[in-house]
Amino acid sequence: MTLRVRDLSVSYDGAPAVRAASLEVPAGSTLAVLGPSGCGKSTLLRAVAGLEPPDAGTIGWLAGEGAEVEDLTRVPTHRRGFALMFQDGQLFPQMTVGRNVAYPLRLRRTPVAARRHRTAELLDLVGLQGYADRLPTTLSGGERQRVALARSLAADPRLLLLDEPLSALDAGLRERLAADLRDILRAAGTTTVLVTHDHEEAYAVADRLAVMRDGVVVQQGATAEVWRHPHDAATALFLGYARVLERDAATPVLAAAGLGPASAVALRRSALVLAEHPGTGGLSGRVVSWRATPDQVRLVLDVPGVGEVDAVAGSSGPPVGLAVGDEAQVTVDPDRLAVV
Amino acid sequence: MTSATSTTTRRLATTAALAALPLAVLGLFFLLPVAGMVDRGLRPDGVLDPGAVLEVLMRPRTGRVVWFTLWTATMGTVVAVVLGLPAAYVLHRLRFPGRGLVRAALLVPFVLPTVVVGVAFDLLLRDGGPLAGLGLAGTPAAIVAGLVFFNVAVVVRSVGATWEGLDRRPAEAAAALGAGPWQVWWTVTVPALRPAVVSAASVVFLFCATAFGVVLVIGGVRYASVETEIYLLTANLLDLQAAAALSLVQLLAVVALLLVSARLRTTADPTRSRVVAAPRRPARGDLVPVVLTALVLLAVAAPIAALVVGSLRVDEAWSLASYRALGAEPGDGAGGQALLVPVTDALLNSLRTAVDATWMSVLLGLLVAAVVTRRSRSRAERRVRSLLDGLFMLPLGVSAVTLGFGFLVTLGRPPLELRDNPLLVPVAQALVALPLVVRTLVPVLASVDERLRQAAASLGATPARALLAVDLPVLWKPLVGAAGFAFAVSLGEFGATSFLARPDHPTVPVVIFRLLGNPGELNYGMALAASVVLAATTAGVMLAVERLRVPSLGAW
Repeated sequence: MTLRVRDLSVSYDGAPAVRAASLEVPAGSTLAVLGPSGCGKSTLLRAVAGLEPPDAGTIGWLAGEGAEVEDLTRVPTHRRGFALMFQDGQLFPQMTVGRNVAYPLRLRRTPVAARRHRTAELLDLVGLQGYADRLPTTLSGGERQRVALARSLAADPRLLLLDEPLSALDAGLRERLAADLRDILRAAGTTTVLVTHDHEEAYAVADRLAVMRDGVVVQQGATAEVWRHPHDAATALFLGYARVLERDAATPVLAAAGLGPASAVALRRSALVLAEHPGTGGLSGRVVSWRATPDQVRLVLDVPGVGEVDAVAGSSGPPVGLAVGDEAQVTVDPDRLAVV
Repeated sequence: MTSATSTTTRRLATTAALAALPLAVLGLFFLLPVAGMVDRGLRPDGVLDPGAVLEVLMRPRTGRVVWFTLWTATMGTVVAVVLGLPAAYVLHRLRFPGRGLVRAALLVPFVLPTVVVGVAFDLLLRDGGPLAGLGLAGTPAAIVAGLVFFNVAVVVRSVGATWEGLDRRPAEAAAALGAGPWQVWWTVTVPALRPAVVSAASVVFLFCATAFGVVLVIGGVRYASVETEIYLLTANLLDLQAAAALSLVQLLAVVALLLVSARLRTTADPTRSRVVAAPRRPARGDLVPVVLTALVLLAVAAPIAALVVGSLRVDEAWSLASYRALGAEPGDGAGGQALLVPVTDALLNSLRTAVDATWMSVLLGLLVAAVVTRRSRSRAERRVRSLLDGLFMLPLGVSAVTLGFGFLVTLGRPPLELRDNPLLVPVAQALVALPLVVRTLVPVLASVDERLRQAAASLGATPARALLAVDLPVLWKPLVGAAGFAFAVSLGEFGATSFLARPDHPTVPVVIFRLLGNPGELNYGMALAASVVLAATTAGVMLAVERLRVPSLGAW
């Protein structure tokens, strides 16, 4: 029950969109393909679904340990047993929510009673009990995505493909739905590939990550692993690290964290914390600017030999007596940086 | 409050000013003549005589004529839709060399003068013609074939434009849920196309039911539709009362049909921009529609080819004699005896008339479209606008014969002594073309997002500047396209013109019909040659329009 993509290349009118991408998605896991817009991740997903013909490479399905690899590269979409959920859901506007969800069941001529039961079950799973008779146009964006998810699950796919499932929603809703999505996928036990440009969404939903850039998969592995060890500076920045310090600039910061020298270090915004008491920090620098956010005070420091770095002050409110141009001391949290 | 009131007043004043000219023209040159004609029939001696109307409607012949009209129109519609759908798919969803040419070729029949089409079918099917073996000459089947020939382009165009704009993602979503190609077709594509098909079918039905030239030339006196019957009653039998009664019935039926199709008409959401799906190369699964499209193309080409060949044959040999005769003065041996002027003069008349009719219908159409698409602020205002919209569609449904005869009745005597005004024919033709112009421009103007105009205004643009920046860029192509349509319609208009054109100032369709009505090989040959010239002129205009890629023949 493993999806195995080998050296897949897809191009549009001669321009390569995906170049020799290889992916491995083990049974029951959720892989997030993460990359900036235009990196080819949606094309990769559509090729897996069978909606884009590949120039080269194979898409295979492994039913179990030791089983023969089923080659799906030339199989038409509707015979792959994969369900693709679109960014905007693509609910059929003329059908009610219930009929939308039951659509894959009707395609397979599921008996009416079983169909009704399964539809209700799925609407229950996505938290939309009693919505069966509504029309898609009367739903909010989040509700529509839930219906689309239920419809995809109704196809009982061996692989679920999600194309930016939450990016059409506003921030608060996205956060809540991401958690729901994770729970629903766990409960359904469906193997899933998710495409997104939002690293937080990927982190919240997926247990494996593949990072894509310019049509190439630059790194893949367990989510936490990729997070701890970004492949390169660009990957680190895309994963939400605030700054990457290279070569000599990295050394003082690494030393302050109690680590040996490395070629580069990626820092989260909160990797440097303003020392509570003067003289206790491992690094010191001049305050270039600071601003308050609801949670913390964010500063930019100029550290000799390092350059400008971000730092935070733990408590809210401006640090007493600290002004632009003053010297400040910070400690380095080794859990909030990554050696590249 | 005061300023709000004055704004409303100003809006209404602008609307009224825009609508004034089209309303005046419609009232004087359409409503008045039609009313005069109907009045003449209903009150033959100055007293209302509804009994006489009933008597006409109870005649067995009337029943036969109505039944004939209904079933030929229905058959014509069904066949046009069945043949048009595969062609719409092939020409708007697939990509192949020569696609633009095939599209243009299929559009040509729609604008061919009806008389020409009648002649071409007659030539194809009559004794000694290439398809004489079918035994269809002068039969209802030939009439239906003529109607289909005309209207298949309407289906291809309007359904094709919708098909082209269909988002392919719902189909992909269905496929990704396990739907096979047929299941996708029935559950996704058909529901999405249904409104376009229904509205194309209703307008085709309207065109079929009011067709004049085709039915008259192919069916003669043996098979009459309501439209040709009105003509026969008016022009040959001088039974005005019966003609008026039939006109009234036709008017009511057409209004009902227009109301239905207006309800079915879907207006595009202006906030959603139209995306044209990228056409793909034909695959093996496309074989059936491709073959059907080729057959349609062949069926469209056959009558035209027969016409061209026929015009070049004189006494069983190739000859240009028929064409040479077009320029000859009547009476000098070489020319026909049936005419008062050479056919070349008629061609000049046709072109001059068409130019006048074109600017008139485009001007009126633009005003009507502007009035109809202005954003309404209240329900009453919206109702007034849709009423105006419907009002200017009326010429589509009123028998051109009724209109033409109404002109004679009401405008030929004081106080409106316009009978000899050279602008009378262009005005009548402009009114016939007006619905086509309006329906081409309205969807375009309606699709302009009001917020774009507001954005321009908020940046300091005057309404005129906003018009220049926002409306003009999207409007000019459809405007030129509409002008082309109007020009073609005017060139081919026969119903009204046959009444109004003075004998010494005929247009080409009138000349062709007169030539056909006179015996003699030369007259027939000249009719064919004149048909070819007329067809070539209209086709040339249409091909030029096609190059502009106007999306559709209007949204009906």
